[in-house]
Amino acid sequence: MTNSWTDIKNTDLVVIMGGNAAEAHPCGFKWVTEAKANRGARLIVVDPRFTRSASVADVYAPIRQGSDIAFLLGVINYCIQNDKVHWDYVKAFTNATYIVKDGFEYKDGLFSGYDETKRDYDKSSWEYVIGEDGYAQVDDTLTNPRCVWNLLKTHVSIYTPEMVERICGTPRDKFLKVAEMISECSSPIKTMTSMYALGWTQHSKGSQNIRSMAMLQLILGNIGVRGGGMNALRGHSNIQGLTDVGLMSNLLPGYLTLPTEKEVDFDSYMSTRAFKPLRPNQMSYWQNYKKFFVSVLKSMWGSAATPENHFAYDWLPKLDVPGYDVLRAFELMNQGKMTGYMCQGFNPLLAAPNRTKLTASLSKLKFLVTMDPLDTETARFWENHGEFNDVDPSQIQTEVIQLPSTCFAEDEGSLTNSGRWLQWHWPGGTPPGEAKTDNWIMAQIHIRLKELYRKEGGVFPDPIVNLDWAYADPAEPSAEELAKELNGKAYATLYDPTDPTKVVVEAGKRVPSFAALRDDGSTSCGCWIYSGCFNENGNNMARRDTSDPDETGAYSKWAFSWPVNRRILYNRASADLNGKAWDPSRKLIEWDGQKWSGYDVPDIAPTAKPSEVGPFIMNPEGVSRLFVRGMMRDGPFPAHYEPFESPVTNLVAPNVRGNPAARVFKGDFEQFAEPASEEFPYAATSYRLTEHFHYWTKHVWVNAVLQPEFFVEISEELASEKGIVKGGWVRVWSKRGSIRAKAVVTKRIKPLMCDGKAVHVVGIPLHWGFTGAAKKGFGPNSLTPFVGDANIETPEYKAFLVNIEPVAGPVA
Amino acid sequence: MFQPVPNPSTRPEPPKFGDQDLIRRSASTVTPPAQRQTEVAKLIDVSKCIGCKACQSACIEWNDTHPEIGINTGVYDNPHDLTPDMFTLMRFSEWENPETNNLEWLIRKDGCMHCEDPGCLKACPAPGAIVQYSNGIVDFVHENCIGCGYCIKGCPFNIPRISKVDHTAYKCTLCSDRLAVGQGPACAKACPTQAIVFGTKEEMKQHAEGRITDLKSRGFANAGLYDPPGVGGTHVMYVLHHADKPEIYADLPNNPRISPIVEAWKGVTKYAGLAVIGIAAATGFMHYLVSGPNRVSEADEEAAEKLTGEERRP
Amino acid sequence: MNMELSRRQFLGAAGAGVAGTALGAFGFGEIEAAHAEAIRAFKLVNTTETRNTCPYCSVACGIIMYSKGDLKKGEKAEITHIEGDTDHPTNRGTLCPKGAALLDFVKAETRLKYPMIRKPGSDKFERIAWNDALDRIVRLMKDDRDANFVQKNNDGVTVNRWTTTGFLAASATTNETAFATYKVVRSAGMLVFDNQARV
Repeated sequence: MTNSWTDIKNTDLVVIMGGNAAEAHPCGFKWVTEAKANRGARLIVVDPRFTRSASVADVYAPIRQGSDIAFLLGVINYCIQNDKVHWDYVKAFTNATYIVKDGFEYKDGLFSGYDETKRDYDKSSWEYVIGEDGYAQVDDTLTNPRCVWNLLKTHVSIYTPEMVERICGTPRDKFLKVAEMISECSSPIKTMTSMYALGWTQHSKGSQNIRSMAMLQLILGNIGVRGGGMNALRGHSNIQGLTDVGLMSNLLPGYLTLPTEKEVDFDSYMSTRAFKPLRPNQMSYWQNYKKFFVSVLKSMWGSAATPENHFAYDWLPKLDVPGYDVLRAFELMNQGKMTGYMCQGFNPLLAAPNRTKLTASLSKLKFLVTMDPLDTETARFWENHGEFNDVDPSQIQTEVIQLPSTCFAEDEGSLTNSGRWLQWHWPGGTPPGEAKTDNWIMAQIHIRLKELYRKEGGVFPDPIVNLDWAYADPAEPSAEELAKELNGKAYATLYDPTDPTKVVVEAGKRVPSFAALRDDGSTSCGCWIYSGCFNENGNNMARRDTSDPDETGAYSKWAFSWPVNRRILYNRASADLNGKAWDPSRKLIEWDGQKWSGYDVPDIAPTAKPSEVGPFIMNPEGVSRLFVRGMMRDGPFPAHYEPFESPVTNLVAPNVRGNPAARVFKGDFEQFAEPASEEFPYAATSYRLTEHFHYWTKHVWVNAVLQPEFFVEISEELASEKGIVKGGWVRVWSKRGSIRAKAVVTKRIKPLMCDGKAVHVVGIPLHWGFTGAAKKGFGPNSLTPFVGDANIETPEYKAFLVNIEPVAGPVA
Repeated sequence: MFQPVPNPSTRPEPPKFGDQDLIRRSASTVTPPAQRQTEVAKLIDVSKCIGCKACQSACIEWNDTHPEIGINTGVYDNPHDLTPDMFTLMRFSEWENPETNNLEWLIRKDGCMHCEDPGCLKACPAPGAIVQYSNGIVDFVHENCIGCGYCIKGCPFNIPRISKVDHTAYKCTLCSDRLAVGQGPACAKACPTQAIVFGTKEEMKQHAEGRITDLKSRGFANAGLYDPPGVGGTHVMYVLHHADKPEIYADLPNNPRISPIVEAWKGVTKYAGLAVIGIAAATGFMHYLVSGPNRVSEADEEAAEKLTGEERRP
Repeated sequence: MNMELSRRQFLGAAGAGVAGTALGAFGFGEIEAAHAEAIRAFKLVNTTETRNTCPYCSVACGIIMYSKGDLKKGEKAEITHIEGDTDHPTNRGTLCPKGAALLDFVKAETRLKYPMIRKPGSDKFERIAWNDALDRIVRLMKDDRDANFVQKNNDGVTVNRWTTTGFLAASATTNETAFATYKVVRSAGMLVFDNQARV
């Protein structure tokens, strides 16, 4: 989230699209109801199903899953056509004025530079015209036909209300009502918030779904303001934190990236990362990259990371492919190229797509280790559970070790919520049986592995035996010690670079924030964006002061918000070019002639003059990007692509199947149903229900009572067509698998008319498996395709094809 | 936002109300307290309810009940009805508004309404099995309950349920144990959107006014408060977007009132105790005394039917 | 310690204009009353309170865990009730149907209590001691790493990667556990490393 949960109370309009906040985040949704009750805010829900969020919405518009980009570009087109644009914001704070290279174009659904055999783009034409001075060229008058604004205007012009209706199945009047309500938020004194979740990410073009809304929010001037923003509602309690700390194949902590094998040394690695400003006077914050990078390496290898060995740069593994995400992991397993897999609090047998492939893959491993407080299907993938897990254990040679871990109630530390608040928690219960903390388990693995290398030798033990592990009890590092490492410290006394007599941090002390970090090895910091969380003031994550001056919803003294306790990202953009709030009633920070100050920590240098320095300092442009240059794999603008399995062909690009830049493994393509398939005619989607959390709460008696049994949801029309009765049994199958479920027949799902064709939606909730208290059932992943988003490989769980028929129930 | 009740104290505290605050006691007389406590109420704003069932969850956890894990019958309502282990239940209704053609998913939290004029208490033949405190809580006293089920017949909202384990009647207590230490009910505390709020009845009426104004601004011209006069008003009230049609909310009675038979009977026997209870009811009670187990015979059932009238609605 | 539970924070901090329910106004006077026979004794009396946050979604609601026994005093502690923390700015004491039932997660019958091993081809899990389980895991890891670690790629570039054993990180462990995990996994050279951000 750019903003926080409590900030949502400041909004005028809430758009829930690509998510279902009332069901998946009920207590966060509270702030929507507060905005409605106290500010008269309106709520729009756009979803294939009439959800519990829709039940309290002012306007509900149905949409066919996988067509969000067409809808959103339609809204952008509406805003442009009707002059509903926050012009001052767009001209000053976006790259609308930037001039794009001549080679760039979009035609027949493809951007310039496409290579069909690689399913990838040569992105060299997706770039600004750079002048001789090294700066990007701009046209403040917006008359140059090659400026971003004019390219965008043309790009979205095909998404008329009629086209939106044909692609999305959204009735024209509903679309226009939504577009009109949204467009009113182009006023500087009206703002809208976007609340989305996996309804946008779990598509083969998930990242571009989100970009579309981000672009709309920029055009309306709603980024950086109170009550505005792009608010990703993360699905798990600390998946924000796990990502911040870099637990992904290609990441280092703090969104630094792991080197690829093309970056043969430290200097070649750094050459592509410390972006030079693209405009005069601009601050480009990534110029500090080296300080953060070196400080991470120091936190890993301490005194073994020296200037002489480039801070152990070579000890980092180098990537040969963009990433070893969970999909690639299972692909490699299935190819027999993996030996072992370790799952910490993750149940991939139900969470990753195409379960048949997953079972086959796990069966090819030599060993599998699971660490979890609860029993999981993954740990028991080899066990026969009848139709729910129809395997022959004697044929599976994988050795499985299941380790019991503690749960939240028994451990200590911080979790990072969607609003980037790091909140400390304390243990209150004794763990059951022999359950151990994850810190203990990970420490045991490390120290025992290190011991084996010391004893036996082996291949390249250096990064293992030299890992900085100087904890009071190496067998179980404490949460506080680790938090202090994340915060960072100085090895030597640090002096102010502009005044060498002034001490910034004394040797051995923790740094106050990342601003104190150095690139010469004199500091360490586990995760630069978390720096400040546990500085010499103490554990700021444990703060519990509820004060909130003028009730802005910031709660600046409650816990710690990254970065540097900033509650709203890009908050400089809440003020105009003179530094005055666009909306005086929603003041956030303002320029007093000397400096920035207000309710939040300014997201700009405190003395950066408003007319000189752009607000988006993480971009070398200093402005936000409507045109994203070569930074996304599938295009600098979003474009409508159908899901890989779609009930219709792509209306705007009939020859393009799926997202042309999405990675598809050999063998998986054959397992996709054809577009507009007769064999698999129904558009399926998967989702959570409010009564359950993922695959955990089926273990919880109360939640099993509230929603006991697996079901699918269909419209009354489809039910009558297929002879399916409410509460009866159905079989649902895709090209990859088959499941049996109860049928919920509902008015909340209606057939969508897409270009004259009735598209029936089949809704498939997750939450059931073969362990726990609830009735045994299936997950949607028995059916879903093995393909992910082009940029970050999020599986396409939200749009795929199935067939359905009534069947007899199980034999009692 | 409606000001939440502060976190509970874990130190022992004297209860804030007790037997001296009883204003009614089934099949017996009480000495009315000199001063009535301020009446409390739970307000359920159906228009803010997201049907999440947090109220059900909190109710189970607070009251330490253990409902069965059921099955899916093609709807979201689970369990399928109120039970001795499930005192509150979200009831889901899909209603197509003929005026707007919009689908409205009406989700009503069902449970005891804590009537000012409680039909259950009036129908109850067991002395002291049902009591009413001056703050408005209608509570069941299990030690005194004979499991006859007349309370169900007497209830215009069909709320109490008889346990097959201990053969006594169960329903929402309004979390009397929490109220006794100054807390609100567990469901109200949990409710994520504050669709359930708790306070004095006056406060709740005022709060409802604000909600109704907001709903009218959103096109719900008939938004209103459900505080049915037929039972003397209730200590659980609803804000409805369509207050003119309560029946669309999973058959919420349009004009609930206690069966005329119960009324007539009570008119004569008010607070008079077992001796003057109608013959039929007395038979049931005698049956309990001689047979021991809290079973109700068919004859009792018939008697009860006569006593309380047929089905309560519509 | 900042975890001290204040009971009046929001009442104190809330400015004018907030519709405050004055609990005193319930009519609960100061007169001491005997416990009515129907009214259950308040079950949180004399329990120990510990502040935590809900482990489910990313709203991170504040919760208070009530236990018999106090870990801070070195006692065994059994959690007996969990309820929303009214002082928390986001949830203000409210909880969703999952959060409100957290106690049943902590005490779920399917909580794991002992390390288990399933041998190749077997149809059952068997108990294994922690020490043996951990030794076995690192043996399997080291054998694979030594056999398949790639120090240089075909172009002779130092790559130091290990791609035949992978690690899936959790979605609800703490940041501190995440960092410890990061150090252990990356220092071994593992690239097949992912978390649950996408599902």
